[in-house]
Amino acid sequence: MSGDYLSGRPDEGNTTVVGDTDHDGALLEVNDLSVHFTRHGNKPVHAVDEVTFSVGAGENVALVGESGSGKSVTSLAIMGLLPKRGVEVAGSVAFAGRELIGLDESQMRNLRGAEMAMIFQDPMSSLNPVVPVGKQITEVLRRHRRISKPDSVTESVDLLQRVGIPDPARRVTEYPHQLSGGMRQRVLIAIALACQPRLLIADEPTTALDVTIQAQILELLRELVSGTGTALIMITHDLGVVASLCDRVHVMYSGRIVESNLRHQLFARPRHPYTGGLMESIPRLDQARGLPLTPIPGSPTDTLAWSQGCAFAPRCPNAAGDCKTQTPRLEMSDDRALRCFHPLDTEAARIGAARG
Amino acid sequence: MTTPPDVLVSPASSGDADSSESTSGESLWRGAFKRLRRSPMAIIGAAIMVVFVAVALLAPVLAPYEPASTQWTNLSTPVFVQGSNSEHLLGIDRWGSDMLTQLLFGARQSLIIGVVSTLIGLIAGAGLGTLAGGFGGWVDSLVMRFVDILLSIPSLLLAISIAAAMGKSSFALMVAIGAAQVPIFARLLRSSMLGQNRSDYVVAAESLGLRRRTIILGHVLPNSLGPTIVQATLNLATAIIEVAALSFLGLGNDDPAVAEWGRMIVSGQDRFLVAPWLAFYPGVCIAITALGFTLLGESMREALDPKQRR
Repeated sequence: MSGDYLSGRPDEGNTTVVGDTDHDGALLEVNDLSVHFTRHGNKPVHAVDEVTFSVGAGENVALVGESGSGKSVTSLAIMGLLPKRGVEVAGSVAFAGRELIGLDESQMRNLRGAEMAMIFQDPMSSLNPVVPVGKQITEVLRRHRRISKPDSVTESVDLLQRVGIPDPARRVTEYPHQLSGGMRQRVLIAIALACQPRLLIADEPTTALDVTIQAQILELLRELVSGTGTALIMITHDLGVVASLCDRVHVMYSGRIVESNLRHQLFARPRHPYTGGLMESIPRLDQARGLPLTPIPGSPTDTLAWSQGCAFAPRCPNAAGDCKTQTPRLEMSDDRALRCFHPLDTEAARIGAARG
Repeated sequence: MTTPPDVLVSPASSGDADSSESTSGESLWRGAFKRLRRSPMAIIGAAIMVVFVAVALLAPVLAPYEPASTQWTNLSTPVFVQGSNSEHLLGIDRWGSDMLTQLLFGARQSLIIGVVSTLIGLIAGAGLGTLAGGFGGWVDSLVMRFVDILLSIPSLLLAISIAAAMGKSSFALMVAIGAAQVPIFARLLRSSMLGQNRSDYVVAAESLGLRRRTIILGHVLPNSLGPTIVQATLNLATAIIEVAALSFLGLGNDDPAVAEWGRMIVSGQDRFLVAPWLAFYPGVCIAITALGFTLLGESMREALDPKQRR
């Protein structure tokens, strides 16, 4: 039941039904997406390459990877929010059967906020500091749904209440700096979900918050998303977040997907050495005290260009000669995908599998 | 199906930031105002400004005599000018009127011309700056080339040409001084808007599908106005000096019945040796007024500077 309380409103003045609503495929299909940044005099930077994944209606999908792995750029490309100059986006992003790459800007604007929305990392800087939070909510409501000003105010109070902000009628008149970090993120969530989008992208929504608030926000997201049919793409570097929230996980490294799997299987049996390394480096409660963590050696800057070989090879414990001379392809089988010549075959880390 | 929707989500802990202020929203501006009140420089500046505005508004009440009455012409000759005495606190001016009266009425001219010309410059400059900074691309190039042309003409020369072309009137003076300020405001606002363009809240607003116009006018502009407002205060001081300068050069309203500080300095010139105060008093008025606006503007700049906040 937690699901339908966001949709249980008497509005349905929702005029922006876009795309083919009863098409059969997944809600979002990203196919061979690449984003290259070009600058005069410099070699183009391949921020994202060959990224392919899909998100079904109501599904929770995670994009995992460290800083610079291209997860945020992927999400900005899906939303069409990358700057126009100096950026080349290629491949296909189909939302409800409709191609978004190359879609004209005004149609994209009708989709954004109404059908697909995004929550950003830093709740302080993502809210306009000189506009009261209430206005920042009503603005979206009035842009996408033809409702009157008083109605939109009532509705925004309602939304704040739903995301768990106490005394919402007073809060709507306040400015972002008067709210705590957790509350600001709640406001951002309320704004993103105001028009009941079918797809929500959360770009590291908990990174800027302290740990206790993180758990609350994740819980809130889970409650708001599950059952409404809103699909969620969770972008994170935190495997704990993944374990608690997501059905399917795509691990990215240096702009490409290196491993995809269902959550339980991924945690139970990571195949790519990078995924394995990520899990090794999580502190565990069931280990003896005083043992050092096992980090992945090197840093994300020690990469090989994907065109030459495997980008992870310089840091990889399993790397062999062919890893540095040939580019591994993403091999698909059933639910899984793996880009590796020498995958792990141990039944190693079981983190998360037990947590369910 | 038993839990009512509203209690499904546990309320956020009302922690840190919200405990300090309890009443409704405190904006950036109110915070700046608080800091402003603690700065002695701002208080002096504001005091000068208040006195100046009060004098300008209340000149008819404060002045001991009728303005431009010229009834003491015999007291102002090339060899003798009546200095201050009990009847005339600051003496007699070049044309035989009471100096204090003329100075008080002169404040009106400076205020009106200063404010109106700054407003002209602000509105035109902010309009151009918003176009350029908000829309970018070819609009930006076009607007900024126009501004560059304006800027390439020395501001005093530009003002003189406009005042000369429009004839001698106060309005011509306002347009002339305003036009010279347009490039300052346009460039300032453009650069602060460009600085906001890829900031997080703008990308967030884009991600909500808000219209470009709404984002520019409702989000980017209010965040970029701070430096422009400060500049306007500082420009008021410049404008008042420029009014005087242009009047000194013989442009602007030449009706001798309307007192104007700049022109009072000019008229004092030929009797400077016998009565230096003819030029000195209006000069001091200009300097103090300009100082007041500058002090206030500077402290506003500091109060609004994000680095100055706790």
